[in-house]
Amino acid sequence: MENKEVRLGGFGGQGVILAGMILGRAKSIFSNGYATLTQDFGPEARGGAASCAVILSDEPILYPNVFNPDVLLAMSQGAFDKYIADLKKGGILVIEEDLVNPGEVDPSITLFKCPATRFAEEIGRKIVLNIVMYGFLVAVTGLVSEEIARKGVEASIPKGTEKLNFAAFEKGYQYGIEQKAKLG
Amino acid sequence: MKADPKRVLTGNHFMNGNHAAAEGAIAAGCTFAAGYPITPSTEIVESLAARFPKVGGMFVQMEDEIASSICLQGGVWSGRKAMTVTSGPGFSLMMEHIGLAAITETPCVFINVQRTGPSTGLPTKVGQADMMQARFGSHGDYGIIALAPSSPQECFDMTIDCFNLAEEYRTVVFLMSDEMTGHMLEKVVIPEANTIDLVERKFYTGTDKYLPYKPEANGIPLMSKAGMGHNYHITGLTHDERGYPVLTQEVQEVMMERLMGKIKNNVDKLTRVEEFMMEDADIVLVSYGISFRMAYRAMEMAREKGIKVGLLKMITCWPFPEKVITELAKKVKSMIMVELNYGQMYIEMDRFANAHCQTHLVGSACGEVHEPETILNQILEAAKK
Repeated sequence: MENKEVRLGGFGGQGVILAGMILGRAKSIFSNGYATLTQDFGPEARGGAASCAVILSDEPILYPNVFNPDVLLAMSQGAFDKYIADLKKGGILVIEEDLVNPGEVDPSITLFKCPATRFAEEIGRKIVLNIVMYGFLVAVTGLVSEEIARKGVEASIPKGTEKLNFAAFEKGYQYGIEQKAKLG
Repeated sequence: MKADPKRVLTGNHFMNGNHAAAEGAIAAGCTFAAGYPITPSTEIVESLAARFPKVGGMFVQMEDEIASSICLQGGVWSGRKAMTVTSGPGFSLMMEHIGLAAITETPCVFINVQRTGPSTGLPTKVGQADMMQARFGSHGDYGIIALAPSSPQECFDMTIDCFNLAEEYRTVVFLMSDEMTGHMLEKVVIPEANTIDLVERKFYTGTDKYLPYKPEANGIPLMSKAGMGHNYHITGLTHDERGYPVLTQEVQEVMMERLMGKIKNNVDKLTRVEEFMMEDADIVLVSYGISFRMAYRAMEMAREKGIKVGLLKMITCWPFPEKVITELAKKVKSMIMVELNYGQMYIEMDRFANAHCQTHLVGSACGEVHEPETILNQILEAAKK
């Protein structure tokens, strides 16, 4: 696999950076691959917005910056507005559908929508919306396999929360598989 | 001696460079840190404050960096391995006590997670512009050792190296990290404790009167620690073997020859570099820390165009790898320093290379790492000449 670059953005508190960490951890610890995660540490990252970029590769990664990601995961309108123009032509756009209105997107871009916050509330706790979104992201992009993705979750969550987090991952992953199938 | 398994977080981790540096310090046997948290180094002291109570150790948040840089030396004289962590403005405040550590030969580690300066500059952005300050920032002459990591893994490994070198040479050692390396998350492999070699402090165990600055055969005196029963004086004034101030030119000369000599006479032993694609290279990039990664990418791009480019990565920036640079300069057409400043290590490279080859700088105002294309352009320019 050549380098795959992913940008994840949302509000502070949604857990978007944790989702990026889980993705990087899955790839670099549980497969033979490499991952580099960088965060925007601008003053804005101390307020409402949060974002990170993850590079996934089968070879060691040198250049750590991401300008034109292959995948954009937007969990807030602000993150969508800020990063949509950077998304590579032919890239994949993944949004939290109740929080982001993408309007007209470039026809080369494949759009996947997931009501992750609603799903998380159904599962019982809104806090796992990032895990729902992560499951969905992995399912629609195939960035890492389901098994490896799940190991990433397992290694990143506090003990005693496995049931809740795996339910969230499962929900997002299954919904992602369905959405992908719909697309043909 | 090997590391204590209780202090080593053996396993594969996905962690940032700052957390990795903290784990390196703990594994190295550091049990005391004093600091005043500052972006972008804060994660290190956060980590130490959280981990020390579990593994043995103490972190003290002082009122400022001046206090931190003297507090850690008290920790050292009580027998502990100690360090402090800072960035930019904090590093400037610590300069006076770096000189004190130098003249009192206090083994200690300073981690500087470099951001963009001068002054408060861009607190959250990357820089490498404190390289000369690390070497010459305090007044008077002295020698130090400085290592530059380019990944979270190296933050872990090199922090251990820093502690080992500090103990071996009784000197200040700097880990010259940077914002990007500190905040970047990558896989960090922390090995088994029994594979990590540590250098332990050598204490005076003789029965004669202890002379705290009487050198051993290697030029380095044995230490004592509070409670061992030795009465002695630690001073920033020029001192003799007893540690007492003797304010004469003769004593100053003896002291300085030894202070400078312990680094200067060991440059070859201390020098650590890595070479890439050097066999047929006629243009050589020289870089260190985070910039090494951009330089490597630029080298690959140039190789794709058929240009014979090699890369020298400096792991030790101080003492400067002067012999390596001069020997390389004799073999190649051009040497290009890639760094995030207006040419600090470039001055040194130029000094040791310009009699033999052309030298160039790909510098930066800091704030962001180099685009590999910018470096490639300089390679193309050099190739034309």
